[in-house]
Amino acid sequence: MAALYAGYTLRGLAPAQNRPNSGIQGVEAERDSDHVVVTDSTRCVTLYKVSDQKPLSCWTVKQGHTLTGAAVYNARTQEYVAVSDRKVIRIWKEDDIILDKAFKATVSSDVWRVHCVAGGDPVVLFHRGAVRLLDSLLSAPQQPIEEVLSPEEAISWSTNIVTESQQFVIFTTEQKGDHFLYLQRLNPNSLQRYHLEREEPGLSPLSFSVSYRDKHIRLLYLYPNGHVYESVVSVRAPVPEEGAQALPLPRSLLLSLPVGEGLLQAASAQELDEAHVAVVGVPHPSAGSGKDFLCIWNTNFQTLQAGKEMAGKIYGQLWSFWNKLFIPHGKTFSVIPYDCPKSSLASALGKQRQSLTNDQVLELIKVRIQFILGSLAKHFIIKMLNKSVFNLLMQTAPVEEVQREVQLLLSRTDTQDLQTSVGQLASTLASRSLNDPAFYTPSSLVQLVHTRYLCHSVCPDLVLLALERKDYFLCQLCLQFFPDIPEVVTCASLIAQEHEAGLNGFSLADEEDRSDNLAEGGATAQRDNEKASAAEQMCPVGLHKAVLLYPASARLLRSNICTMLSNVLFLQYLQFVYLKFSHDACKPTQGLRSPSLTQVMDWMGLLLDAHFTVLVMTPDVKDLLLNLHRFVKSQVRFVSELGKIEGSLQELDKMALKRDVGQYSIEIIELF
Amino acid sequence: NLNVPKARNRKIQMGEFKVHRIRFFDYMPSAIRAMAFSTRTERLALARADGALEIFNFSDNYFQEKVLPGHDGRAVEALCWVGPRLFSAGLNGEITEYDLENLRPRYTVDAYGGPIWTIGVNSQGTLLAVGCEDGTVKMFEVLKERIQFQRNLDRQRGRIISLSWHPSGTLIAAGMMDMIRIFDAETGRATHRLVVDRGAGASKSKEVVVWSIAFLSDYTIISSDSAGKVQIWDGLNGTLIRTHLITKWDVLALSVSQDESSLVAGTSEGTVVQFQFLSSTVDRLDKDWVRTRTFKNHSHDVRALAHTETAVVSGGMDTQLVVRPLLDKVEKNTRESAIRKVSFPHRSLVCCAKKAGVLLFQFPDHLELWRLGESDGYGKPGGSLPVKRGPEKLIQLKRKGEDHICCSALSPCGGWLAYSTVTSFRLYRLLNGSISICKVSKLPKDLRPAHQLCFSTDSSKLFASSSNSSVVVVALNEPECKYLGTLKAKYGCRQPVHLLSASENGKWLATANTDCEVHVYNLDKLKLHCTVPVYGSCPTAMAIHPTTSNLVVVHADQQIFEYSLVKKEYTEWSRRLQKQGLHSLWLERDTPITHVTFNPKNPAHIIVQDLFMFCIIDKSLPLPEAKNVLYNQMTLRSLPEPDRVLHSHGFKICKDFQHLLCVSLLEDHSLVVVERPLLDIVSQLPAPVRQKKFAT
Repeated sequence: MAALYAGYTLRGLAPAQNRPNSGIQGVEAERDSDHVVVTDSTRCVTLYKVSDQKPLSCWTVKQGHTLTGAAVYNARTQEYVAVSDRKVIRIWKEDDIILDKAFKATVSSDVWRVHCVAGGDPVVLFHRGAVRLLDSLLSAPQQPIEEVLSPEEAISWSTNIVTESQQFVIFTTEQKGDHFLYLQRLNPNSLQRYHLEREEPGLSPLSFSVSYRDKHIRLLYLYPNGHVYESVVSVRAPVPEEGAQALPLPRSLLLSLPVGEGLLQAASAQELDEAHVAVVGVPHPSAGSGKDFLCIWNTNFQTLQAGKEMAGKIYGQLWSFWNKLFIPHGKTFSVIPYDCPKSSLASALGKQRQSLTNDQVLELIKVRIQFILGSLAKHFIIKMLNKSVFNLLMQTAPVEEVQREVQLLLSRTDTQDLQTSVGQLASTLASRSLNDPAFYTPSSLVQLVHTRYLCHSVCPDLVLLALERKDYFLCQLCLQFFPDIPEVVTCASLIAQEHEAGLNGFSLADEEDRSDNLAEGGATAQRDNEKASAAEQMCPVGLHKAVLLYPASARLLRSNICTMLSNVLFLQYLQFVYLKFSHDACKPTQGLRSPSLTQVMDWMGLLLDAHFTVLVMTPDVKDLLLNLHRFVKSQVRFVSELGKIEGSLQELDKMALKRDVGQYSIEIIELF
Repeated sequence: NLNVPKARNRKIQMGEFKVHRIRFFDYMPSAIRAMAFSTRTERLALARADGALEIFNFSDNYFQEKVLPGHDGRAVEALCWVGPRLFSAGLNGEITEYDLENLRPRYTVDAYGGPIWTIGVNSQGTLLAVGCEDGTVKMFEVLKERIQFQRNLDRQRGRIISLSWHPSGTLIAAGMMDMIRIFDAETGRATHRLVVDRGAGASKSKEVVVWSIAFLSDYTIISSDSAGKVQIWDGLNGTLIRTHLITKWDVLALSVSQDESSLVAGTSEGTVVQFQFLSSTVDRLDKDWVRTRTFKNHSHDVRALAHTETAVVSGGMDTQLVVRPLLDKVEKNTRESAIRKVSFPHRSLVCCAKKAGVLLFQFPDHLELWRLGESDGYGKPGGSLPVKRGPEKLIQLKRKGEDHICCSALSPCGGWLAYSTVTSFRLYRLLNGSISICKVSKLPKDLRPAHQLCFSTDSSKLFASSSNSSVVVVALNEPECKYLGTLKAKYGCRQPVHLLSASENGKWLATANTDCEVHVYNLDKLKLHCTVPVYGSCPTAMAIHPTTSNLVVVHADQQIFEYSLVKKEYTEWSRRLQKQGLHSLWLERDTPITHVTFNPKNPAHIIVQDLFMFCIIDKSLPLPEAKNVLYNQMTLRSLPEPDRVLHSHGFKICKDFQHLLCVSLLEDHSLVVVERPLLDIVSQLPAPVRQKKFAT
């Protein structure tokens, strides 16, 4: 099992309040496993002895200048190389104290980064995609630099690796939502462009990590939805012709990490060895939705091997050198040693084919550099939104503006804060509407209910409001989505409706006649998909009650508070739905908002069981019951006929199967 | 009546056959008791409950190349290879060495220790140790021609159920009741006593039986017992290292791979559990036995196991031999990675008298003679005909003596019947339409027990294969049978003949032996005519064409050859077939062709049969190419007649009948198909151990 050991602090961070990044631009390996060079995002390069947790030297560029590329250490010449102000390459040695006195060279184009790994020469990658060896560039600093990338294309991440025979510069770019991988070989130079498969629209990889193993370069990348993919490129891939198209880069899903609520924002995945991936900024599967964890996952078995909670904000930056993970979090920059023993179970079970001894000999060449994609601004907007201002807006603004604001709020992707704000918002709107008869925003309320973050206890006024405004659609939605509506409220709402119906002179007899017509096949034209629209035309209860009856009925049946009137009404409604079903038997109308046939039958049975004596005694219902009886009887007869047919068909089936079971038969076969 | 001519017209069509579908051959294989695998020769020896032994050649498509018939008193409990020699020990208290060239026991030695439970040889192949009921481990010295009792190790209380030699040959671990003993093989002293826990609960009072034991070169002892445990012991200190409880029932068998990195244990539940010697992490040295895989390929007890380099071989009460490749050792999705089950013998137990319409079924202890039924009228393809007269069992002939029947034959006219055991040969005359039988008492003395029997087509001669690949020819005459001569292959042929085939015109006889040699004799001169070039795979079936005198041989690797006896060379068709290659699906079939026959109405037809299909090879049609669908009968059926030509090829494969033990073409052009559904065998097995299933 992989393990994370107790970490220690390398240095403190002094990030500005709410600044999205950690203030660290890059960490690079130095002469041995105990030294690293840390470049911060402004002016300072520091050399640390890791085990002593202390800086050995520090170099600073003059005020007014900034470091735009992390400093790297060239082990061959024992020099440091950094880029300042995009165009100035600075080279110095450890005993140079003042950086401005050290060597400088200004080049003709913007530099993205300088890369250097052990065993390779320093390489300069320009903003527009060109690559030069540092030595050849310095021999003529003002040499013209070509543009490789198209104008809209921008580098998002880059690295450099050295294989047995060649050096590679690898970088990824983004262009209008598409991501590309560039593989630049040096000596001889050649460039290959790959197109990364698209993830869900709008998702860009959060981090990349590259490793080299068995003559293949493996690219590992993490998406905000928690998917970690691996793409493998052979180092011996044929050299493409000039101007060739971007090749599609096949990928395989290595891990599907739990993301908790919403998408990942600042996260990073680093390949540690062929079986382990370190991930930061992703929730621990057994510790809620907090994303401040550092975890090691085993990709062979898809298991979590070690996890550690990191105090403070995670910036989505992670480096690893010599079995140590370097991670800035909160206000500290920590070093966490880890151990990934290679499990032999995977190879024993055939999950890993390649021999492990080879890998042990091969020094894994890995460069891990992070970047933070996109701005995190959206996240902060909501936090910074002064809630009182927003509430004020909701309480005073006209209907249109309120609707617009609600729409805007709901369109935000980070749902974490949404839960609380939706509740607040709904109650604000409901109370305002109750107090102000002129103000009502049905569409916004429906949208809010649809988020499913609401319940009756959060916003008890909402149902009352819907009833008061006779918004039956909203009422139905509430009855359907709110799990905690008390029965009293349900019944009260229905009874209130009946009274209203009575006052309006709602004629049962008329409606019944109409539904009879339907039963006799008179009205066949009305077969809309939307049950509600059909109900509008012919339902004995009228749309508003039909709509209410469905979600309410389950509750009602269990209670005895129902009045006589509601029983009759409900039975009529059920009969109507039943007839409707028997006419459109082949049409599946089971949406969320209409009952299924078995449900209707159950309810009808329950209702008749519970109230049969009362119903029989009521003269109004007699006809209805007789009608129902007649219809059910005909249906039963029809079904029994169908049953007989089914039986004979099954018999036929059996006969065909049973052809030979005996010990001896004489058959005819034909071969063609 | 207009219907009759129409029906007649249809009957003339080429591909239409009347099929006698027979399912009354109650062949019941015997349970598998013991196994031994020889890495040197790649042969697996397998012992069945009835005492029969089978030798499978794992390097030649798992072909069952030899069968040594059983014996009533012999209950083989353990098997052991010593180099190329095979020894068995059983509950009759005897150790037997087998003569694998003459397919019979070579000699038997009584150990005088009561029933023998186990046998083991040291790695040098010089000493044989057996564990006896009376608590002794007896050592026998392996000499060139025999074995000789050397001495007893310290006698223990209770029987010795299992034993295993340490590879150095200095120590022996023996599994007993409730304990394991370690002996010093030189002094014979018991040095350690390892106490094995009994099961928990009610079984606490029951003795635990150490069913199987393995002594590894690092002095680790692995034991499996009746309490469901696999235990790992330190053999030097006699301490228990680890216990794996793998079943509620018995763990009956163990087998360790050659490199001692993996071991398998077979349980009464029918599962095989694999353990591997792994370190928890790659770069560390401390390794441990870790349970890795579980295979469930059996419904009943797994009694015998063998761990080959690439596969786990298991067998038990359910009579099937299962070869389960380990996927980390073989290339995935190849022929080697497919699981194999051997449920039926790779030779024919059914003999069909083509002229008389009589079938002979061979059982280990008796023979059955059946006459086929009759029907009248014609039917449509796919339908069945009314049976006018049902099949009739004419004779049931019980064998004499304790030896099981090893081969039998029925003459094509249905007038002669012969069978042989390893000790005796019997010939019978069948009279009055095969209902009365009388033994032919005067037999030439050269007619000794045979490995294979065959009658000539005109029923005038009997061929019996005997030792050193020779064949005895006997003329069948009413009062007395006359010895005509012995056909001898060249000097040096020692392997038994397992296939005999006489040509229809009585001129040729072809023999095949397990050294893959095919000899053809001229019966007029009683001399060797020619030898077919030796092919690297064992012939599984062969026949001589009645008109062209071409010999068709099918091998264990599914290759088909046609050899012209007149020109003494492969025919044009055979060359074409080899050049183009057989269809990959044909080569992937995992049961050998066990019968080859011809269609007298169409000389271009060769009919071959394996367990799951029969195939009419039409030499006049193009061979199936890789892009063609091999099993195309369903497609052709659905096509209109003119289109069929476009899609048809030379291999017309019928898979309507399964678990075929015999397909034969009678003289009246009707096919005889003998099926033995696996389900019928399974239904005759005893109930497996009870397993708790959900909601029972």
